[in-house]
Amino acid sequence: MANISLTVNKKQYQIDADPQMPLLWALRDIIGLKGTKFGCGMAQCGACTVHLDGEAVRSCVTLLGRAEGQEIVTIEGISDNTSHPLQKAWIELQVPQCGYCQSGQIMSAAVLLRENPHPTDQDIDEAMMGNLCRCGTYTRIRKAIHRAAEIMNG
Amino acid sequence: MLEHQMIKVAVRKSSLDRRDFLRLSGLSSLGLVLGLGWKSDGQEMIAAGADAVTVKLNPYIIIESSGTISIMNPMPDMGQGTFQSVPALIAEDLEVSLEQIKILQTGGEKEYGRQTAGGSNSIRGQYQKLRTVGAAGKEMLILAASQRWKVPVTDCYASEGIVYHKPTGRSFTYGELAEVASQLPVPQNPQLKDPKDFKILGKNYPRPDVPLKVSGKAVYGIDVELPGMVYASAAHCPVFNSKLINYDDTETMRIKGVKKLVRFQRALGAHKYDAIAVIADTYWAAYQGKLALKTNWDFGGNDSFDTEKYEQTLRDMAGNEGQVVHSDGDFENAFHSAPVQITALYELPMLSHSPMEPQNCTAQWHGKDLVEVWVSSQGADRVKSEISKNLDIPADNIKVNILFSGGGFGRRLYNDYAVEAASIARELETPVKLIWTREEDTQLGPFRPPTFSAMKAGLAADGKPLAFQHKVISPSMGSTLEDKKDTSGESSSMTEGISTQAYELPNMKNEYVFSQIHIPLAAWRSVTSSTVAFAHECFIDEMAVRAGKDPLDYRLETLLTKPSDTKRLLLKLKEVSHWEKPLPDGWGRGVAQYEFFAGLGGYVVEVSSKDRSSIYIEKVYMVIDLGTVVNPDTVALQVEGAATMALTAATKSAITFKNGQTRQTNFHNYPLVRINEMPEVEVHIIAEGGPKIRGVGEPGLPPFAPALANAIFAATGKRIRKLPFNINQV
Repeated sequence: MANISLTVNKKQYQIDADPQMPLLWALRDIIGLKGTKFGCGMAQCGACTVHLDGEAVRSCVTLLGRAEGQEIVTIEGISDNTSHPLQKAWIELQVPQCGYCQSGQIMSAAVLLRENPHPTDQDIDEAMMGNLCRCGTYTRIRKAIHRAAEIMNG
Repeated sequence: MLEHQMIKVAVRKSSLDRRDFLRLSGLSSLGLVLGLGWKSDGQEMIAAGADAVTVKLNPYIIIESSGTISIMNPMPDMGQGTFQSVPALIAEDLEVSLEQIKILQTGGEKEYGRQTAGGSNSIRGQYQKLRTVGAAGKEMLILAASQRWKVPVTDCYASEGIVYHKPTGRSFTYGELAEVASQLPVPQNPQLKDPKDFKILGKNYPRPDVPLKVSGKAVYGIDVELPGMVYASAAHCPVFNSKLINYDDTETMRIKGVKKLVRFQRALGAHKYDAIAVIADTYWAAYQGKLALKTNWDFGGNDSFDTEKYEQTLRDMAGNEGQVVHSDGDFENAFHSAPVQITALYELPMLSHSPMEPQNCTAQWHGKDLVEVWVSSQGADRVKSEISKNLDIPADNIKVNILFSGGGFGRRLYNDYAVEAASIARELETPVKLIWTREEDTQLGPFRPPTFSAMKAGLAADGKPLAFQHKVISPSMGSTLEDKKDTSGESSSMTEGISTQAYELPNMKNEYVFSQIHIPLAAWRSVTSSTVAFAHECFIDEMAVRAGKDPLDYRLETLLTKPSDTKRLLLKLKEVSHWEKPLPDGWGRGVAQYEFFAGLGGYVVEVSSKDRSSIYIEKVYMVIDLGTVVNPDTVALQVEGAATMALTAATKSAITFKNGQTRQTNFHNYPLVRINEMPEVEVHIIAEGGPKIRGVGEPGLPPFAPALANAIFAATGKRIRKLPFNINQV
């Protein structure tokens, strides 16, 4: 166990935890941010995707020790009131079914749009391949990312 | 607006008495129960504060004097949209908008009847009943207003939760009327709205759960947190029916945070499987403790089970005479005397449901007699009955809180994980959250049954069918899950739909050959139709090819001479898919339909192949026949989802056993279709209105894979008879 300081959604947290604990469980069970989901525990499904210093990472395999001192953003941190262009597009196109994977989908898509404001279908496929959806919302996710790009680019 | 969001939690202490507990079982806020007709437990009245009176107009509608209107939703939402579509049935006729109501999930209370979402049954089963509930509520509120104004009821109308007096424009909110209204007799035959006046039903109405699901605010079972809660991670044996001989927890107990171990049994259907849970103050510690635990299992000989061997057994049984499930005319004679005879064996594998949210449940005992669970499940009533049966406590002593489910697909019909959590919690002083790993979810079943189909058809020289046989060879769900010794009743569920397609097939004799297995098998989205439809519709395609006919025209002109819903569906598919438009070289189209208990749907799939081996899906067209539709956009989503799930089932991994356990453990070796592999699906709905309502969640699944395989045959000449197949190299 160790004292670990985390910056999550611009807030500082001091937690006492095993540095080998994946960031996912610290976010969910210690800090109480439940929007980041557990799906596989081995970086296969993307349900746990968060931003670590602006990069999309799978928090289920990101050790707390590595996350310390970096800027962490979770789904709860991308807007206060579902005002992020991706959230608006997701609502407009009614993307989610069960919704369980959607936090991770949106966090991956956010990095894509920051890096590439005009993605093609192929760009979207490449960026989003790490995020599984068992319900089958893929075709809507593709459309919603295009729509979010439109909203962002005014 | 969601009670889900207030999960920090109504019941905080174990000091509740039984009376409080039962009251809380019905409602999260103490309710004034005045409804008649649906509920007979009297005229109890509780003021929940000096100026706030809560009235339960009937078990489904709760109106507070503040104006807050709550609607009870008996159908859990696992992604199929029932959080919107089911409350909408009440809201439409009650004349309230979905924006002004709270939606609460029922908890398995008897007065709500069936509370299980499965079999594509939520809308079909609730449509008439819940519209009537809403209409009766509205009539009571209007009558209450007319009595207070002393005006004719016909001068009053309701809109958006307000009753108006037309001539004067006076109005009362529902909140102002509820208490009086609740004392009126419940109209037994209230007038339902004319569909032309619908504001919600039949519209692409936005679902109220979507904003929650894009902001991380939707609460799933796995997100529940209770004061003082501990966590459990359990060791189950991946070889079924194993007994836990002993274990060594030395290393486990060294892990910081681990508190204790609890032995328990996993109850699945009639089975009890040994298991042991590690309890810790964080999930991570519990999971580490489980990894460190050394368990010693007696496999009882079940470690020799092997899928390749089992499949050979099924193949060898294809010639066996089975139980006849349908017989019309003289199949044997007609088949043997037919000028053209074709036979084929189709092989469909076992699969795992693999919803994205691993199985989990949080449980807490209130004293020795009362247990409360928080769970993602397809049915609160089934959670209750499973816990009651296995823990031997009365159903009334169990409170069930249903949260959003991160997928279901049939897996959450079986509430073994809820019974597990309740069993573990009984040994603890605190609430406990049990979370399965993905590995447990993949390896422990219950699985979709594998089915093999031996097909035979006799054709005339002109291609007309003279004889037809579909023989299913498979283990059954009931025999494995419920451990039934008498398997004679299993044949109908294992031959779902094969004798009831609209096709005019003379001398049809269908059979079922039962095969024993010890692996637990259960319903997987679209149940047995998910496998037998593949054999059925690919073989019809084989018949068309042998007859030298276009496969869609063969169905329409040779097999469907009379009008039927299936014929209408195929004609619609022909039109929307531009079936007659020529395709480029290397392309192919395939068609398939299936009608079964859940409903009726069909696909045309277009594929291309540059090398007659690697397949690219160009476009998918789907028609679903519903009769009446509640939310067309939700229907489209369900079909898109069913097509995706069917594509995974057709082209990714099966569940296969080696040495008694599954080779597949997690998504690296049990992969799902990813975004780059999913084509556009164009969905068309046939809904002419009227009383006939078909299901939505499942009919999109069975016909997808046969339409794809038939398209691949059209493009490459290669006939696929075994799933899964490699789409990059057929």
